[in-house]
Amino acid sequence: MENLIYLIPLFPFIGFLLNGILGNRFGKSFVTYVGCGTVGLSFLISLGLFFEILGRSPEARVLNQVLWSWIAVDTLSIDLAFMVDQLSVVMIMVVTGVGFLIHIYSTGYMHHDKSYWRFFAYLNMFVFFMSLLVLGGNYIVMFVGWEGVGLASYLLIGFWYEGMPNADAGKKAFVVNRIGDFGFVIGLFLLFVNFGTLSYGELFPKVAHAFESGALSMNSPLMIAACLLLFVGATGKSAQIPLYVWLPDAMAGPTPVSALIHAATMVTAGVYMVARSNILFTIAPTALMIVAGIAALTALMAATIGILQNDIKKVLAYSTVSQLGYMFIGVSMTAYTAGVFHLMTHAFFKACLFLCSGSVIHAMGGEQDIRKMGGLYKKLPITYITMLLATIAIAGIPPFSGFFSKDEILWKAFTFPYAPVFGKVIWFIGACGAGITAFYMFRMIFMTFHGEFRGDEHTRHHLHESPYSMTVPLMILAFLSVVGGFFGVPHIIGEQLGHFPNYFEEFLHPVFASSHNIIHHAVHATHPPVFVEWGLMGLSVLIAVTGITIAYNIYMKKYPALPAKLAEDYSDHYKLIYNKYFVDEVYELLIVKPFYYLSRFFWKVVDVIGIDTYCVNGPGKVIYQFGEWIGRVHNGYLQTYGSFVVVGLLVILSYILIIQ
Amino acid sequence: MAASPILSYVTYLPLLGILPIIFIPQNNENGKGLIKSISLVTSLLAFVASLRIYYGFNEHVAGFQLVEQVQWIASYGISYFFGVDGISLWLALLTTFLTPITILSTWKAVEKRVKEFHIAVLFLETAMLGTFFSLDLFLFYIFWELMLIPMYLIIGVWGGERRIYAAVKFFLFTAFGSLLMLIALIGLVYFNFDATGKITFNLLELYNVRLPFFFEAMFFAAFALAFAIKVPMFPFHTWLPDAHVEAPTAGSVILAGILLKMGAYGFIRFAMPLFPDGSAFFSPLIILLSVIGIIYGAMVAMVQPDIKKLVAYSSVSHLGYCMLGLYVLTPQGVEGSILQMLNHGISTGALFLLVGIIYEKRHTRMISEYGGIAKVMPIYSTIFLIVTLSSIGLPTTNGFIGEFLILVGTFMVNKTAAVLAATGVILGAVYMLWMVQRVFYGKITNPKNEKLTDINLREFCYLFPLLVFVFWIGLFPNFFLEKMHVSVNSFIKQVKTESVTEKHAETQKALPKLTLNENIFSNPKNQNKILNFGE
Repeated sequence: MENLIYLIPLFPFIGFLLNGILGNRFGKSFVTYVGCGTVGLSFLISLGLFFEILGRSPEARVLNQVLWSWIAVDTLSIDLAFMVDQLSVVMIMVVTGVGFLIHIYSTGYMHHDKSYWRFFAYLNMFVFFMSLLVLGGNYIVMFVGWEGVGLASYLLIGFWYEGMPNADAGKKAFVVNRIGDFGFVIGLFLLFVNFGTLSYGELFPKVAHAFESGALSMNSPLMIAACLLLFVGATGKSAQIPLYVWLPDAMAGPTPVSALIHAATMVTAGVYMVARSNILFTIAPTALMIVAGIAALTALMAATIGILQNDIKKVLAYSTVSQLGYMFIGVSMTAYTAGVFHLMTHAFFKACLFLCSGSVIHAMGGEQDIRKMGGLYKKLPITYITMLLATIAIAGIPPFSGFFSKDEILWKAFTFPYAPVFGKVIWFIGACGAGITAFYMFRMIFMTFHGEFRGDEHTRHHLHESPYSMTVPLMILAFLSVVGGFFGVPHIIGEQLGHFPNYFEEFLHPVFASSHNIIHHAVHATHPPVFVEWGLMGLSVLIAVTGITIAYNIYMKKYPALPAKLAEDYSDHYKLIYNKYFVDEVYELLIVKPFYYLSRFFWKVVDVIGIDTYCVNGPGKVIYQFGEWIGRVHNGYLQTYGSFVVVGLLVILSYILIIQ
Repeated sequence: MAASPILSYVTYLPLLGILPIIFIPQNNENGKGLIKSISLVTSLLAFVASLRIYYGFNEHVAGFQLVEQVQWIASYGISYFFGVDGISLWLALLTTFLTPITILSTWKAVEKRVKEFHIAVLFLETAMLGTFFSLDLFLFYIFWELMLIPMYLIIGVWGGERRIYAAVKFFLFTAFGSLLMLIALIGLVYFNFDATGKITFNLLELYNVRLPFFFEAMFFAAFALAFAIKVPMFPFHTWLPDAHVEAPTAGSVILAGILLKMGAYGFIRFAMPLFPDGSAFFSPLIILLSVIGIIYGAMVAMVQPDIKKLVAYSSVSHLGYCMLGLYVLTPQGVEGSILQMLNHGISTGALFLLVGIIYEKRHTRMISEYGGIAKVMPIYSTIFLIVTLSSIGLPTTNGFIGEFLILVGTFMVNKTAAVLAATGVILGAVYMLWMVQRVFYGKITNPKNEKLTDINLREFCYLFPLLVFVFWIGLFPNFFLEKMHVSVNSFIKQVKTESVTEKHAETQKALPKLTLNENIFSNPKNQNKILNFGE
C-alpha cells in the first residue's frame, strides 16, 4: 500500500481535469461519475492505508513515499513527499469520507445549476489540495495544499460570481488567508534556518534531540516565535481571532461547500498543523498559552455572536468558529488527541448540520432567514431528525459524540500541566461557551422546525423533503454524529463499561509520544481525584441542559414576545452583538481605508508629483526654458549681434584695464 | 572558438529574416501577410536554433561556454566575444521563446506600417540576444544601445495617444543611465590599462582589475544607476507605467518580458562582479530600495484604474524581488532571483497579452469599463485566472518557486528584509484578485461587454505555451535550477570573496599611485603605447 499513497491526491486531480476540461461537453452524468467516483476511490485507498497501518506493529506505522525532488538549491532540498502515520490517516479518512458523502449530496443539491461541471471540478480540486495538505511529508508540501485549498475555497465561495457579494467574500477569504500564510511562511523560514530541514521525519527528531541534549531550552524564544508564527497561519485558515472574519462571509458559497470546506475539513487544517507540530509547541509553553487564550476568546466570542444570527448558515458559521476554538483549546492544552478527536466528531456533526441546513434552504426555495421558517419538522422529517441528532451532539449531551470530545478537551484544560491556574480559567471560559452553544443551536432548531410556519404561502406550498441523494448522506453523518464518540471514550467511563478502551487515544499515542514524555519529565502533574472528573462531567451536562432549557422557554413558549422585549431592554448590548462587535467595520476603518488612501497618496503625490513633476519633467523644463532663453540670442538681427560684440569688447577691455 | 558559432547564428538569424522583409511591398494584404509569416517563421527558427544552445550547454562546467572570440579592433583590445553561462542561457531562451509569441499576438493588432514594425521587432531580438551573450564591454555597450532604438520606435510609432511623451521619457531615462555607464566603463578600462599596461574591453580580464575603493564605488554607482533605471528600481520607475500604457501589446510584452531583465542581468554580469567592493558598499541601499519597490509597487498597483498600468506597477514589485534575491548573495536568493526573472517574463508577458486581447475588442483598458465578463469569455477568464495565480505566487505555479527561494535566501541573511518583502505576497493577492473580481465577476453592467467573444485559436496558440511553462517551472523547477547551480555559485564566490579582500589597505595603496600616473601623456612609456593604438 505504501506505494499507492500518491493515488489519493491523484484521483481527485484527474477528476478535476476531466470535469474542468470535458465536463461542459459530456453532460451531467459524466460529471457525477467522475466527480464522486474519484473521491470514492481515494476514500477506498485511505481505508486500505488505515488497515495497512492497523496491521503493522505500532513502531512501524509510518509510511513514506517520495515522488520527486522538487526544489533543490544548495542546502535547501525539498522533496515532493508523502507521509502517512496515525494522525494523517485519520485526517485523510475524514477528508475523503466526509468529502465523498458531500459529493453525493451535491449531485442532488446542485442538480439544477447550469455550471454543475464547474462545481464538481472545483470540489475535486479541493479534495486534491486537501489531501496534499494532510499527506505531505514536509511543511512545504503541506503549504502547497494549504494555499491550494485556499484557492479552491476562493473559487467555490465565489462560485455564483455574478453576485458581487459572493465574489467579494471569496476575495476576502483569500486575502485574509494570505495574511495568515505570511506568518506561516515566516515561521517555516525560521525553522529552516535553525534546523536546516522542513521534512517532518528529520525536523521533529532533530528538535526533540536538541531539547533533550539541552541545546534547546524549554520555552526558548526561537520556539515561541516559530510556534506563534505557525499559529498566525492557523488563525487565518482555521478562523481564529483576529483573522476569523472571512468565514461568516464565506457562507456565500453553495451549502455543500460550507459543509465540506468551511466546516468539516479545510478550516480544521490549522488544528491538524498544530497537532502535527506538537513537539514544537510542547517545548514552547508560552506559545501554547497564547494559543489557548486566543482559542478560548474565539470560542466564547463566536458563540455570543451566534445567539443573534438569523441566517441559518451564519448561525452554523459562527458555531464553526466557536468549535474550532475548542479544538485549539484541546491542542494548546497539550491534549493533542482530544483536539484531533473533536476535529473528527465536529466533521461529522457539523457537516451533517450544514447539509441539513442545505436541505432546509432547498425546501424553502433559497430562503435562509430562520425568522421566516418554523414548523418545518412535518414537511422535512428526515432533515429534522438528522439535524436534531447533530444538534444534540454539538450541544454535548451524552452519549452523543460531541459530549465525549468536548468534555475531554475541557477536562484536559482543567488539568493543564504547565500552568494549572491558567488551565482552569480556560476551562471556565470553555464551559460558558458550551452553555451558549447549546442555547443558540437549539434556538436555531426551535425556530426552524417548531412553532408556526412564518413564511409566505408560496413557499409553504413548495415545502418538500429532499431527494435520497441528499438525505442518505444526512443519515450516515447523523449516525456518525451519534456513535462517533465511542471511539474515544474517557477512561473513567470506559472502566465503568467494563474496560472499554479509548481506541482513539491508543491509536494516536505514538504520534504524540515524545511530547508526552517531555511534559512528563518537565512537570510533575498531580492528578485530581476521580470525583472531580465525574463532577466536571456532570457540570458540563448540566450547563448544556440549562442552555437547551432556556432556549426552549424563550423560543418555544414565548416567541416572539420575549426575544423582542429582551432586544429592547438591552438594546446597546443587543446592537453590539447583533453587529458582530463591529469587527469588520473596525478593520475597515483602521486598516483597509488608511491603507487604500496611503496607496493613493503614493501614486498621486509621490509618483506623479514628487518624482515625475519635480525630478523628471522639472529638469527637463528647466533645460527647455534655458534653451528657449539662449535661443533668443540667435534671432538673426544684425543689431543684436552687434550689441553683443560691443558688450563683449567692453567686458574684455574693462577686465584688462582694471585687473592689470 | 567553438566548432560552430551557434550563439552568433541565433543572434543574427532574426536579422536574416529582415532582409526579405525589406523587399516585400506592404501596400496590399498579401504583402502584409507574407511579412508577418516571414517574421514569425524567422523567430520560430531562432527559437529552435536556440535549443541547440541548451543542448550544447554543460551544467557541470563553471565559466562561459560555447565561446566565440574574434579580434575586432585589436589596438583597443576590443574583440567580438560571445559566451553563455547558466544565467544568460535562460534569459536568452526566454528571449527566443517570447519573440514568436509576441509576433503572433500582433497579427491583427498592428496594421499600420507592418513592414517597419516587424523589422523593429526582429532587430530588437538580435540586439537583446547580443546583449545577453556579449562578454566584451564594448560589444555589450553597442548591443545595449541598439536595443533602445527599436523599442523607442515601437512605443513612439505604434503606441497609444501619449506615445511621444512615453517614448521620449523611456529614451531619456535609459540614455541618461547609459551615458553614465559609458563614462564608468571607459574609466574602468583606463584603470586596467594603468595597472597592466594593456587596453582591453574583455570582460573576463576586467573582472580581475582592482580599483581604488573610491573609484570602485563611483563606477559601481554609474553602472548601477543605468541598470537600476532599466530594472526599474524605486525611485527610477516612473518611466515604466507610461511606457507600458502607451506601448502596443507587443511592445509591452517585450519590454516587461525581456528588456526589464536587462537591468537585473546587468547587475549580475557587470556591476556586481566588476565592482564587488562598490557593490558591497551600496548593498544596504539596494536592499532597502528593493524592499520599498516590492511594497510600494504593489500598493500603487492596487489603486490603478487602468489594467495595464496595474500590471506595470506589479512589475516594479516583482522586479524588486529579483533585486533583493540577487543582493542577499545566497544560492537560494540568486537562483530564485534568476528564476523569478523567467517567471516574470512568462506571467507578466501573459498578462500583457491577455490585456491586449480585450483591448483589441473593446479599445479600453479601464477596469471600470468591464465587469462580469467571465460569463461571456469563459476560456479567456480561466486563462487570466491561472496567470493571475502564477503572478501572485500560488504553489504549483512558477511564481511560488521564485518568491519562495528569494524569501528563504533573504531570510538566511537578513530577516527584516525577508519579513518586509513577504508582505508583498499578501499585497500581490490583494491587487490582482481585486482587479480580477472587478473585471470578470459580478453581472455585466456595460452593455458593450455583452457581445464580447471568447479567444480564438490563434490567441489560444500563443497563450498555451506560456501556461505550460507556468506549471513546468512550478512543478519541476529543478529542470531549470540545475543549469544554474555552478554558474550561480561561482558568481557568488566572485562577488563575495573579492569584496572582503583588504579593502582599506588597498585603498591606501592605490590612491597615491593614481596621482603619480595621473599625467599619463607626459610619461614617454605610456605615450608610446598610446601612439601604438592607431596601428
